[in-house]
Amino acid sequence: MGQTITQKILAAHCGRAEVEPGELINAKIDLALGNDITAPIAIEEFEKIGAADVFDRTKIALVPDHSTPNKDIKSAQLVKRMREFARKHDIVNFFEIGQMGIEHTLIPDKGLVAPGDLVIGADSHTCTYGAVGAFSSGVGSTDLAAAMALGEVWLKVPEAIKFVYFGKLQKWVSGKDLILHTIGRIGVDGALYSTMEFAGETIRELPIAGRFTMCNMAIEAGGKNGIMEPDEKTLEYVKQRAMRPCRVYESDPDAVYKEVIEIDCRELDPQVSFPHLPENAKPISQVGEIRIDQAVIGSCTNGRIEDLREAASVLRGRKVHRDVRLIIIPGTQEIYLQAVREGLAEDFVRAGAAFSTPTCGPCLGGHMGVLADGERAVATTNRNFVGRMGHVKSEVYLSNPAVAAASAVLGRIASPEELE
Amino acid sequence: MIKGKVHKYGDNVNTDEIIPARYLNTTDHEELGAHCMEDIDAEFVNKVRPGDIIVAGLNFGCGSSREHAPIAIKAAGVSCVIAKTFARIFYRNSINIGLPILECPEAVDGINAGDEIEVDLDTGRITNLTTGRSFQAKPFPPFMQQLITAGGLINYAREVTGNR
Repeated sequence: MGQTITQKILAAHCGRAEVEPGELINAKIDLALGNDITAPIAIEEFEKIGAADVFDRTKIALVPDHSTPNKDIKSAQLVKRMREFARKHDIVNFFEIGQMGIEHTLIPDKGLVAPGDLVIGADSHTCTYGAVGAFSSGVGSTDLAAAMALGEVWLKVPEAIKFVYFGKLQKWVSGKDLILHTIGRIGVDGALYSTMEFAGETIRELPIAGRFTMCNMAIEAGGKNGIMEPDEKTLEYVKQRAMRPCRVYESDPDAVYKEVIEIDCRELDPQVSFPHLPENAKPISQVGEIRIDQAVIGSCTNGRIEDLREAASVLRGRKVHRDVRLIIIPGTQEIYLQAVREGLAEDFVRAGAAFSTPTCGPCLGGHMGVLADGERAVATTNRNFVGRMGHVKSEVYLSNPAVAAASAVLGRIASPEELE
Repeated sequence: MIKGKVHKYGDNVNTDEIIPARYLNTTDHEELGAHCMEDIDAEFVNKVRPGDIIVAGLNFGCGSSREHAPIAIKAAGVSCVIAKTFARIFYRNSINIGLPILECPEAVDGINAGDEIEVDLDTGRITNLTTGRSFQAKPFPPFMQQLITAGGLINYAREVTGNR
């Protein structure tokens, strides 16, 4: 029987020729990842194991990105614990403030993940790296602790759903809209425990940034991993970054899927997901009059240079509406620098936006743009749960960067077409 | 055998509701427990008694991978969570830290808030003492049973590293 790309990667990491959905395996990992919220618990648990050292100091990445630059004393304590652990075990990939970025933007940009890799991370959006043809999945802190000691993780081989996208995307429609529409179609548990394999001509045309955005949000449909077969674009991206050989896997023509869903993208509008679930996706034309208090452009979902370019193209020469705070956060220091070089940073500041150092900050209601009682935000982030960006009675609407930028200018959720 | 009063919730209870991000600047179990379920049920921590049981619908624990969520539930004194389905990372985390969880859609439909129920974790038998009805949860796969028997993932890892 044919195997999917996911099955092939899992099999290769447990010394098998094939694996079947439902099997429990112990798989070797190429990278284990933690952040300033999840790593401190992992470190406490790691100490309990009593292992003399980590399994491989080059295969662990620790990124303080959620509450950094430290938002309060307690967060500072957590980051300190992480830093001390990194020094003690000589962890190669600990990224200090000034070098750090949002983990899921930083890790692939630093070349720490390549096609065919198996990556686990104590962060739900670890599924992002499927965009380069790797198996990557979010786990918990205790999983990370055991992985740091053993170099292994227990996994249940998932069933797979294949999504086949066809048709050319309209202007202002991007990877974010494809994934919001997909989650709207199958629901927030539509891919529970399953692989989401994204394929089709639309995906092949999609830039790497949009592919990361799509795989990033697989977890928002309950997925175990999102994945795409590597192509020339993938290899071009990886070649400049990962200084090691990679293994390109593809799904067999007779691979087994529990479902194949075809999605016609020709008429697809930019999507907006209404509170309080990512599945509440609507085309922008059906949004109606929704005033906003804040717009956030950034996060592991949409903080790449392509996202900032899209936002700048809308904001250039315009002003943020007087009732709106626009916060723009690049994913990494490299992206920050690129935004400065290209003049995007100037476009943002001239428009009246706050342009910040990389951080997850407002996405999870941590800092750098927390909402008050009754406030409403449009955000390029990934979750719009109750209280996600602040007060339990605040609201988050999810969109792509161009829609968030146009909304910031107009003071209400709006299509960039209105400004053309 | 576990016995407790039921606190019931709907579908898609997410980890932001179970433990909001504003409390993620600590790893202290008691502190996390003191804010358990705060954004879905602000009264929960005042109502819950040691041994009580959470019963919920589909996709319980969806969202963030924060292990703080099952830790908060355990630290609040909850003895077990029964749901129609669990989000996968929450499921792993619960097994790994030793919070008993059971999948049983029939039990969820047959149990109301405030009911007194009894759970036999060895057999997966759930009995509603208020109505007298009983239900059978799905058993754990053998590997997970092994992890649970070992006392969670850390004990398992300790055994493995000790043998190396």
